[in-house]
Amino acid sequence: MSTGAPTLPTGMPADALGHRRHILDLDDFTRTELAGVLTTAQSMRQVLSRDIKKVPSLRGKVVVTLFLEASTRTRVSFEQAGKMLSADVINISGSGSSAEKGESLLNTALTLQAMHADLLIIRSPHSGAPYFLARNLPRTGVVNAGDGRHAHPTQALLDLLTMRDHLGELAGRKIVIVGDVLHSRVARSDIHGLGLEEAQVVLSGPPTLLPPSWAALPAHVSVEPDLDAAVEGADVVMALRIQKERMEGGMLPSMREYSRRWGVTEQRMGRANPGALLMHPGPMNEGLEIASSLAHGARAQIEDQVTNGVAVRMAVLYQLLTGTTNGVNA
Amino acid sequence: MPAEHQLMSADDMRRVVSRIAHQILERNQGAANLVLVGLQRRGVPLADRIAAAIAGFEGTAVPVGALDINLYRDDLTSHPQPLVRPTELPVSVDGRVVVLVDDVFYTGRTARAALNALMDLGRPEQVQLAVMVDRGHRELPIRADYVGKNVPTSLTQEIQVRVSEFDEKEEVVLVEHERKVLT
Amino acid sequence: MSEQPILIRGARLIDPLTGTDATGDLLLVDGRIAPLGKADGAPADARVIEAKGLVAAPGFIDLHTHLREPGYEDKESIATGAAAGARGGFTTLCSMPNTNPATDTGAVAAFIRAQAAAAGPVRVLPFGAVTRGRAGKELTDMEELARAGVVGFTDDGAPVATPGLMRSALAYASQLGLFVSDHCEDYALTRGLGIHDGWVADRLGLAGYPSAAEANIVARDIAAAEETGAHLHIAHISTAAAVALVRAAQERGLRVTAEATPHHLTLTEEWVLGTHGHSAPGDALEPGAYDTRAKVSPPLRSHADRAAVAQALADGVIAAVATDHAPHTFGDKAVPFDEASVGISVLETALGSMLGLVSAGALTLPALVQRLTAGPASVLGPAYKPYATLAAGTPADVVLFDPGEAWTVDAAAFASKGRNTPLDGDALTGRVKLTIAQGRVAYDGLTQTTPRSR
Repeated sequence: MSTGAPTLPTGMPADALGHRRHILDLDDFTRTELAGVLTTAQSMRQVLSRDIKKVPSLRGKVVVTLFLEASTRTRVSFEQAGKMLSADVINISGSGSSAEKGESLLNTALTLQAMHADLLIIRSPHSGAPYFLARNLPRTGVVNAGDGRHAHPTQALLDLLTMRDHLGELAGRKIVIVGDVLHSRVARSDIHGLGLEEAQVVLSGPPTLLPPSWAALPAHVSVEPDLDAAVEGADVVMALRIQKERMEGGMLPSMREYSRRWGVTEQRMGRANPGALLMHPGPMNEGLEIASSLAHGARAQIEDQVTNGVAVRMAVLYQLLTGTTNGVNA
Repeated sequence: MPAEHQLMSADDMRRVVSRIAHQILERNQGAANLVLVGLQRRGVPLADRIAAAIAGFEGTAVPVGALDINLYRDDLTSHPQPLVRPTELPVSVDGRVVVLVDDVFYTGRTARAALNALMDLGRPEQVQLAVMVDRGHRELPIRADYVGKNVPTSLTQEIQVRVSEFDEKEEVVLVEHERKVLT
Repeated sequence: MSEQPILIRGARLIDPLTGTDATGDLLLVDGRIAPLGKADGAPADARVIEAKGLVAAPGFIDLHTHLREPGYEDKESIATGAAAGARGGFTTLCSMPNTNPATDTGAVAAFIRAQAAAAGPVRVLPFGAVTRGRAGKELTDMEELARAGVVGFTDDGAPVATPGLMRSALAYASQLGLFVSDHCEDYALTRGLGIHDGWVADRLGLAGYPSAAEANIVARDIAAAEETGAHLHIAHISTAAAVALVRAAQERGLRVTAEATPHHLTLTEEWVLGTHGHSAPGDALEPGAYDTRAKVSPPLRSHADRAAVAQALADGVIAAVATDHAPHTFGDKAVPFDEASVGISVLETALGSMLGLVSAGALTLPALVQRLTAGPASVLGPAYKPYATLAAGTPADVVLFDPGEAWTVDAAAFASKGRNTPLDGDALTGRVKLTIAQGRVAYDGLTQTTPRSR
C-alpha cells in the first residue's frame, strides 16, 4: 500500500478537526475535517500492522453497535476498531434484541444512553434512523453505519482513503459510479466526500435507477447514461451491486440487457485512464455488473478496502470520543 | 501578542545538538546499536539533526524514527483533540538502545506515554531520553539523560522550540502568558 | 335551553353567502342569529363583546376531520377533537370513517353523533365508508348509513379500491342525494409514503409518492363521475396535475368538487428536512431531518404544486379548505420516517396558516372565509347553507377572530391529543378568539377561561 498522504488544505491548522458528537453523513464535513480523519486513519493503519494491535486511547469508553440489518463485515470492522483503541464494545443485533420484541428503537436507544454508552453505532434498514436517534439522545453520540438507501459515511471514508492510496490527490479526478445509484447509500455518501475532494463524479446507469433530481444539484456531479462515454478518461470506475429484485419491480430489463449496457468489462475499462481503479462496494454479481475477468482485480482492492475500513473507523471513534469540546465527554 | 524572549539562537541550538550527539556516543560507546526516535512533532527534526551530527563524527548512519504518542496520552478527554500523526520506525527496536528525542521536557507525561507506545512496538534493550530544554515541573518520576538547556520557568510561561521544518526561524524562546497554558 | 344572549359589537362581519363585508353588530339569541340592526336594544342580560378590529364570520366547516373515535381514542376522542375544532373556529366537523370499527353501519354513525352531542355544541357530521370495513371489497349498506345521517361516503385513508367499486358507489350515492369523496392514490405508483417523489426524497434516500399517483385516480374517478352523473369530491388535492383534471372536469360541467388542506396550501416537501422549509439542495442535513411531523398523505409537494393548488383555491376550482386533521400519539411519530404514521394535527393552526396565504396576497380574506364556510357547505349540499351564514334566523354558528394577532404554535398546549405538527414553535398571525356553535360558547379565548379538554 502506497502512502498518498492526505494533505490538509493550506492555511488551515492541522489540528483543527471539527468537534462533533455524531457522524451521520459526510455532507456536513469540512475539507479540513475530512483530511483530518483520513490523516488519522493512516496513522491508525500503522497500529493495525503491529504485533500488539492495541492502543489505550479509548480506555473506559463504551461503544455499542446496534445492527438492525445483517452486516457482519461492517459490524466486525467497527468492533475491531473499537477494541484496538481499548474501548469496550457491546454488540446488539436485530435478531433476539428488544427491537424484535416490539420495543421501539427510541426506547432501546434511551436505555443504552441511561447505561452510559458513549457512542451508538447504528445500522438500520430505515433511511434517517441515525438522525432520529441523534436528535433524541442528548448524551450519547451516534455513528451512522448505513441507513436504508440514504448514507454510509464510513464506507465512503474508506473508499476515499483507498482512492487516495492509489491516486494521491483526488481534485480534478474523474470518478464514474455506475448502476443502481438510486438505492445506494454508498453512492450518496461517496458523492458528498468526492465533492469535498473536488473530484468530478459521473453517474451512469438505467434511467429508473438514477435519482432524477441529482444531476441538477451538486456542481461536481453529472449524468452520462452511455457507460462507454462515461468511462472515457476515468480515474476510478465504481460498479454498484444490482439487486435482482429490481427486475421484478419493473425497474430493469433482463440481466443480459443490463450487463450489455452497464456491465463493466475489460473493453470498457480500456477507455479509462491507464492505472484506473476498479472498485465495488461488494458483494459482486460477477458477469452482471462486473465481468468475471475483472472481478479478481477488483477483489484485490477489496482487501485493501477492508483494512482501510478498520482504519477509518478507528479514526472516527478517536475523533468522536476524545477531545474536550465533545458533548459526550464534557 | 504575548511577550517573548529568545533563550537560544540557531547557533546555540546547533552547538547543543553537537554536544548531545557526543554525550550519546560517549555513554553508549559508539553508535552501533542506537536508534533515535523523535516524538511528533518537533522531536522528529531534532532527532534528524542529532543523527546528522553523529554521522559527521563517526561516519555511522543511525536509524531515525518518528513516534506519535497521542493515542497513549492520559488527558485525551480533558485536552483539545490532537491530530494523530504517523509512527514510523525504520528498524525493529527489539534489543536496541532507543534514544527518545523531544523538544521540551515538562511534566514527564509525554515521556511516560512515549515509553508505553514504544513498549507496544517491541522490547528495546534500553531507553534513554534527550531533550532540547528541561523546564522543570515534573509530575512523574522520570528524568532526562541528555539535556540541552535547563530553564527554570513559572506555570504561566511557555517554552517554544522552533525548527526550520515547521517554523519561520530556528530558535528557542520563552513566552509570557497571562495564565497557565495547556501544552 | 336558554343560553345567555351574546352581542358582538363593532366587528368586521364577513358573510360570503349574503355578500356581507362590513362593520356591524351581531346578536345571538336562543341559539339563532337575531335580525341585524333591528334590535337596537339588546337584551339586558346579554354578554356584550366589544369586537373592534376582530372579524366575525360564520363558524368554519371542516369537510375532513379524523376524530379517531371509536377505536383509536389514544390518538383523539370526539370530545378532544371537537374542543380542538372549537379552538380553530370550526363549528362543524365532518368525521372520517377510518375508525375501528369503521363507520360502515348506521350504528357506528349514530354512536358518533351521540358522542358528539354529549361532548358539546360543535356539530359532528360523520362520513360513511364506501366499503365494508373499508376493505375495498363489498359496498356498505349506503342507504342505512344515509338514514343514520352520514353526509357522504369515503374510504379515506385509502382510495376506493377499484374502478368498478367507484362506479357503483357513485351510482348509489347519487340516488341517495349524497356524494363520494375519494382519497386519490394509485398504490401501483406509491412506493413510499408521506414524502413527495422529488428532490428531497432523493436527497434523503426515501421512496417517494409521485404526483402521478394522485392524478391517475383523479382521472379514473372523473371518468366514473362522467358516466354516472354523480357528485364526486376529491379529498386533499395536492398536485398541479390533479388540479388541472378537476378544472377540466368542471369546465365540462361535471359535478366534481375538491378540497385542499392548509398544509398542502402553505408547506412544501422541504419541510421533511426539519428546517421549517428553509433548506436549499446544497445544504447539509440537520439532525432534525426526516421530520415525521411533516409526514402526511398525500405528501407535502413541490413549490409548483403548492402554487397550483393555492391558485385553484383562489379561483374557486377548489371549493373548500379542509383540514385532514390527523392526530397521532407521540409513539406513532417517534420512530424512523418509514415507520411513522401519516398525518398532521391541523385544526388549531388552520386559520393562522391560511391567513398567511391571505397576507401573501394569494387570496382575499372574504374569499378565505368563503372557502371555510359557504364553500364546504356547497359541497355538502343546499341543506347545509344555514350553517354557513350570518343571516338572521339561522343557527348561531359564529367565529370571532383577530386577523392580526401574532402567536407562537405550542403543540403541547393543543386541545387535541395530537401534537403532531411541523409548525410547532412557528409564529403565525391570526387567531380565533371566540367560537359559538349552535348558540353556545364552544371556545372562549377572550376570557381565557376555557378549561383544557383532556
